Amino acid sequence: MARKDRMSGNEAVAFAMKQINPDVMGAFPITPSTEIPQYFSTYVANGEVDTEFVAVESEHSAMSTCMAAQAAGGRAITATSSAGMALMWEMLYVTSSARLPVTMALVNRALTGPININNDHSDSMGARDSGWIQLYAETNQEAYDNFVQAMPIGENKEVRLPVMVCQDGFITSHAVENIELLEDETVKKFVGEYEPEHYLLKKENPLAVGPYDISNYYMEHKKQQAEAMKHAKPVILEVARRFEEISGRSYGFFEAFEMEDAEVALVLIGSSAGTAKETVKQLRREGKKVGLVKVRVFRPFPMEELAEALKVVKAVAVMDKAESFSACGGPLFAEVRSALYDLENRPKAINYVYGLGGRDICVEDFAMIYDQLFEIGRTGVAGEIYRHFGQREQEV
Amino acid sequence: MIKKASEINETTPWQEMTLGGEIYEGGTSALFNTGDWRTMIPVYHPENCKHCMLCVPYCPDSSIPVVEGKREDFDFMHCKGCGICAKVCPFKAISLEKVGA
Ligand code: SF4
Ligand code: SF4
Repeated sequence: MARKDRMSGNEAVAFAMKQINPDVMGAFPITPSTEIPQYFSTYVANGEVDTEFVAVESEHSAMSTCMAAQAAGGRAITATSSAGMALMWEMLYVTSSARLPVTMALVNRALTGPININNDHSDSMGARDSGWIQLYAETNQEAYDNFVQAMPIGENKEVRLPVMVCQDGFITSHAVENIELLEDETVKKFVGEYEPEHYLLKKENPLAVGPYDISNYYMEHKKQQAEAMKHAKPVILEVARRFEEISGRSYGFFEAFEMEDAEVALVLIGSSAGTAKETVKQLRREGKKVGLVKVRVFRPFPMEELAEALKVVKAVAVMDKAESFSACGGPLFAEVRSALYDLENRPKAINYVYGLGGRDICVEDFAMIYDQLFEIGRTGVAGEIYRHFGQREQEV
Repeated sequence: MIKKASEINETTPWQEMTLGGEIYEGGTSALFNTGDWRTMIPVYHPENCKHCMLCVPYCPDSSIPVVEGKREDFDFMHCKGCGICAKVCPFKAISLEKVGA
């Protein structure tokens, strides 16, 4: 029997970690993910898990600990945010290129500067090309559910990639919501044992991990990583299907909300989807055909599937909670618009960079954006493509 | 999948190579020349050497070979010229000199 509780997103993820009982946690505190190792260290101290808790002196060491533990044959986890992840940078690449399926809880926070501890997606979007699978959550329930699914995805023999389970700092990490938790035994059975074929502590198999890989061999290994990302797509769906069997909750690459007959749509990631869904409901009551696509899996990027979902609309606004300073749009926009390119009748697409450093967005804001989309749909003129939303402006 | 370093070469396709470049044997660094960026070089003076073996464990690069209880000349394929061996030798059997001097 699943049990209901009230938890913050941080506690929910720490609880999933407890149910999984991994071998090693490398941890260094950084806001807003600090609570995750904090809760987890309590489980360790109380003997509720037998995880080796390694309190390190920096995030670079936290990820080094995790990758070493995983290479040794164990399951390793960590949690971080923002500048903490930036300090892991080198090790993010080492972990993914050594094909070690470490699992990280990333609580999204703005990346300096100026200094800001609130939510946006600059940290994980900055790491989007580091070879990690990325799952994003709208609610604390989804953060919990994604964490339970992360290891079966990353550890799959056809995948063998690290997984980043992202949720929005403070918005879900600290907000307490109702949540449905699975039974410990159900989670244990679902996640299963980690059984790597070769690992450093297996004495019958001498092994060197992370060799010097000069230009004669490097490209071959990058090709392998790229193929592994492709393999991750069916695995993510298969794990979601099994997860639905134990939880009743279904997951895909993204959630298409009111998209069947939508004329205009938003594409976004994370907790803002809750507000956007409320807007969709209100506008639908007024008879306006609006829809929403909430991206759950950003790496691997579900290109064909997204194009398929968006081919029905006339205009789409892609919402980026991160700047990429390309001078022509945010990271989600670049990928979504590229996905649309292959459609015969592609919708007009505009980009909004919003919510940076915790800037709020509300139902009225989304309603205004939908209005603009209807206007673009009617006139066929997109106007300025790369826009920012929510900053103070001088009256013109 | 090929698992030995010596069996992987510049004609090996990506499908045949181990994931992450894992190598399923130990000691492969012995095959690779890492000793070509020395600025200083240790010089062995066997006439002073007492074969006390103090220098051997101090060498961070395992570049002082020992055969049947006797130390031999340096393994210059791996020696970095750090000079630790010259410092620890109590019998002046090692001097540190400039490369090419
Ligand atoms: S100079 Fe340094 S590296 Fe070379 S043999 Fe002596 S101790 Fe070893
Ligand atoms: S420390 Fe000096 S005397 Fe002793 S073995 Fe080494 S070179 Fe010879």
